[in-house]
Amino acid sequence: MTTQSEAVPTTVSAAPTEQPLLEVTNLRKYFPVKSSGLVRRTIAQVQAVDGVSFQVPAGTSLGLVGESGCGKSTTGRLITRLLDPTSGSMKFEGHEIGNLSPKQMLPYRKEIQMIFQDPYSSLNPRHTVGTIVGTPLRVHKVVPEKQVLNRVRELLEVVGLNPEHYNRYPSEFSGGQRQRIGIARALALQPKLLVADEPVSALDVSIQAQVVNLLTDLQKEFGVAFLFIAHDLAVVRHFCPEVAVMYLGKIVEIADRETLYNRPHHPYTQALLSAVPDVKQAAVGGRRERIRLEGDVPSPVNPPSGCRFRTRCWMAKDICAKQEPPLLQIGPKHKVACHFAGEYGAMPTSPITLNVLGVDQEGTPVAGATPSAEDLNEPGFADTWTDVETLKGNSAPMATSLPSDSRPASEVGSEDRGTRS
Amino acid sequence: MTDFLTDQQHAGQPTPAPGGEDFLVVENLSVQFPTHDGLVKAVNDLSYSVKMGETLGIVGESGSGKSVSSMAVLGLHDIKRSRLTGSIRVDGKEIIGASEQTLRKIRGNEVAMIFQDPLTALHPFYSVGAQIGEAYRIHHDVSKSKARAKAIEMLDRVGIPQAKSRVDDYPHQFSGGMRQRAMIAMALVNDPKLIIADEPTTALDVTVQAQILDLLQELQRDFRSAIIIITHDLGVVAEMADEVLVMYAGRAVEQGPTRELLTHPEMPYTWGLLSSMPDVTASTDARLVPIPGNPPSLLNPPTGCPFHPRCPHVDKVPGDLCRTELPEFLPGQRGTHHLKRCHLVNPDDIYATEVLPEIAPDLVELTLADNADVAHGDGMHGER
Ligand SMILES: Nc1ncnc2c1ncn2[C@@H]1O[C@H](COP(=O)(O)OP(=O)(O)OP(=O)(O)O)[C@@H](O)[C@H]1O
Ligand SMILES: Nc1ncnc2c1ncn2[C@@H]1O[C@H](COP(=O)(O)OP(=O)(O)O)[C@@H](O)[C@H]1O
Ligand code: SF4
Ligand code: SF4
Ligand SMILES: [Mg+2]
Ligand SMILES: [Mg+2]
Repeated sequence: MTTQSEAVPTTVSAAPTEQPLLEVTNLRKYFPVKSSGLVRRTIAQVQAVDGVSFQVPAGTSLGLVGESGCGKSTTGRLITRLLDPTSGSMKFEGHEIGNLSPKQMLPYRKEIQMIFQDPYSSLNPRHTVGTIVGTPLRVHKVVPEKQVLNRVRELLEVVGLNPEHYNRYPSEFSGGQRQRIGIARALALQPKLLVADEPVSALDVSIQAQVVNLLTDLQKEFGVAFLFIAHDLAVVRHFCPEVAVMYLGKIVEIADRETLYNRPHHPYTQALLSAVPDVKQAAVGGRRERIRLEGDVPSPVNPPSGCRFRTRCWMAKDICAKQEPPLLQIGPKHKVACHFAGEYGAMPTSPITLNVLGVDQEGTPVAGATPSAEDLNEPGFADTWTDVETLKGNSAPMATSLPSDSRPASEVGSEDRGTRS
Repeated sequence: MTDFLTDQQHAGQPTPAPGGEDFLVVENLSVQFPTHDGLVKAVNDLSYSVKMGETLGIVGESGSGKSVSSMAVLGLHDIKRSRLTGSIRVDGKEIIGASEQTLRKIRGNEVAMIFQDPLTALHPFYSVGAQIGEAYRIHHDVSKSKARAKAIEMLDRVGIPQAKSRVDDYPHQFSGGMRQRAMIAMALVNDPKLIIADEPTTALDVTVQAQILDLLQELQRDFRSAIIIITHDLGVVAEMADEVLVMYAGRAVEQGPTRELLTHPEMPYTWGLLSSMPDVTASTDARLVPIPGNPPSLLNPPTGCPFHPRCPHVDKVPGDLCRTELPEFLPGQRGTHHLKRCHLVNPDDIYATEVLPEIAPDLVELTLADNADVAHGDGMHGER
């Protein structure tokens, strides 16, 4: 039966050579839903972020994508400690920061800064640019008071603003320029990690590119790492070598960008990518073929049992309602949470998760099985992984029919090999 | 990537009725707003037309006059606070200067608008069904229960699950995508012949956006409605529009059939739009090429070509023409169907040799070959 095969000769080096800058394990944030009336009791929980794990190595970028409300911003706000986590661990350079008091957190605030989506509301309109950018310098006493102005001028210059405009107010700047002010403020303390929450979505197309290029330059020059949150899949692909896809509070797929964009293995990632309108389509005419998702994202107060995507998934089988698919590593830098993970049009007919879950095809626990799914929510990538190709071969020897889903392959992963000529 | 261009099927390409009559004709439209700071020249000398069954895409950055011009088509500008000149004819009827009574008959009935933000179009205190029913009763003399039945039918039509039980919900009980669909249901309840969708999907996720665009196309197929889709997303235009109009600083700067315009753009602003956005297949090492500077003020628009303060090609035009003279809106090198407002005499060569290598190096050869062929008529790549 299914064996968890080691696809690569194990080169298990005992300790990871490089410590990630940020390591998040099993992070949860539940918001209470209160009843109305005098005595406001908690009647339910919004499971905004529900057990996410990932790493951000120093000096690189991890992208976070997914539909509105899936928990991207909440994740960002937990890491910057604008919100307190419900549970889970967040390690910055190896130090646990998830349970620190605001005072204990102070030294880390310098290291982790945030850029906000809305360049209009994130700057105080009554403060000059000099005050806005200078405040973190003063609060953290980074430079003597006399030098604050000089440092502000330097920072404005770095983000491409006129250094002599320090005594102007935000209203005197355009949207793109305001976003630069927000970036200058975030850079003031020379952070090692920037959480950028939709940093360009409020900007005009022509200005978006200016800001993306600026962030690229800043990363090259200062080695800042980014957690880059955005719903624009093309921008994320451009900026981030590694990307995580979230759905209803969970990471459903995480991989290096080539794998994620060319060979997505989760049905949701496939649907998301196939929905992006493409300018190149103009040369052909008409709409691209796409995977049509029915319905809306369910409420995070009452997420579906088992796989949270099952209410909209065309691949869903019985097991999907009974068992939550673990985030299984299936390639050197590729994890996916789907019982039937595979390339579009070539997904396995039999679940790939039976062994780790210790269940049968229908998702019913097998007596005497030793499930190992509990250990699977570790951040980062291991040196060994489950090889889905072998699993597919091993586990479906009796499969005589083709996958029931025989829709035409979409343009997901246009470099898709083998499925079409 | 060449694969990408050849491998496709012509999915759901709407076929415009050949030789159809223009349903909407906009001629030399200008819209100005007197304000404290001076006269805002929001739309200047704009002309275009749309036939039944056809989709026009209007693109441009915020403030380029896209919304102001389309609101003029519905006669939505307060005549005390705005100055409109030119002509707008809907099915032959003049809109500019028309009485409120005439406008009310046209609005919703012949022309309907779908707004960017559904919450501005839906009232928070009335149920979704009541609002759709009310919109129906403005143009149809029917009972409330008939109107309610119509509302359910429409909600069902736009893909709201269990429309019967959701009809009495209030807007805040709907998700963003559902609100957008409810608003479309309301806009379509009187079978309008022209639908103006103003950034209908800007605030939506890609999956919901795809649903809404599918819906608009289905409706067009079924009712042969004319559609104007306003957006800043060239991808949406590429997949939806038959004809594209690019606006900058309140003016039309380039116009042509979608495929022609997006594969052989002739105006530096359009080049800028194409090269500043990444796409999901582009090389990740390539730097984005932003348009330098910011959109112009419409209080004091630049002299000459309004794009000249941001245009990297000014020095290719002899003399000081770009700064001193507004280029006319005329056919370029590719025939009368493709208009542009720019002084450059050989835009196709510049595009193929300077712009394309930056954004899609693999297409350079094809495009150059095409340019050489253009005398033989429609030289398109991507079909083999
Ligand atoms: N303070 C709060 N109280 C209750 N629920 C909240 C709160 N903040 C966020 N939520 C809920 O948590 C979920 C995740 O929200 P979050 O803002 O992280 O989404 P997001 O992925 O950033 O979405 P978007 O793309 O729209 O910005 C949503 O269902 C949201 O309604
Ligand atoms: N009622 C108004 N009074 C003054 N200026 C206006 C008014 N409505 C729009 N404008 C201005 O007209 C220009 C074009 O606006 P609009 O058509 O809304 O742009 P967009 O292309 O983003 O839809 C902008 O500069 C805008 O500020
Ligand atoms: S686990 Fe099942 S429902 Fe979830 S994505 Fe995979 S096939 Fe679909
Ligand atoms: S007219 Fe001159 S400034 Fe205007 S787009 Fe053409 S080259 Fe650029
Ligand atoms: Mg958010
Ligand atoms: Mg607008």
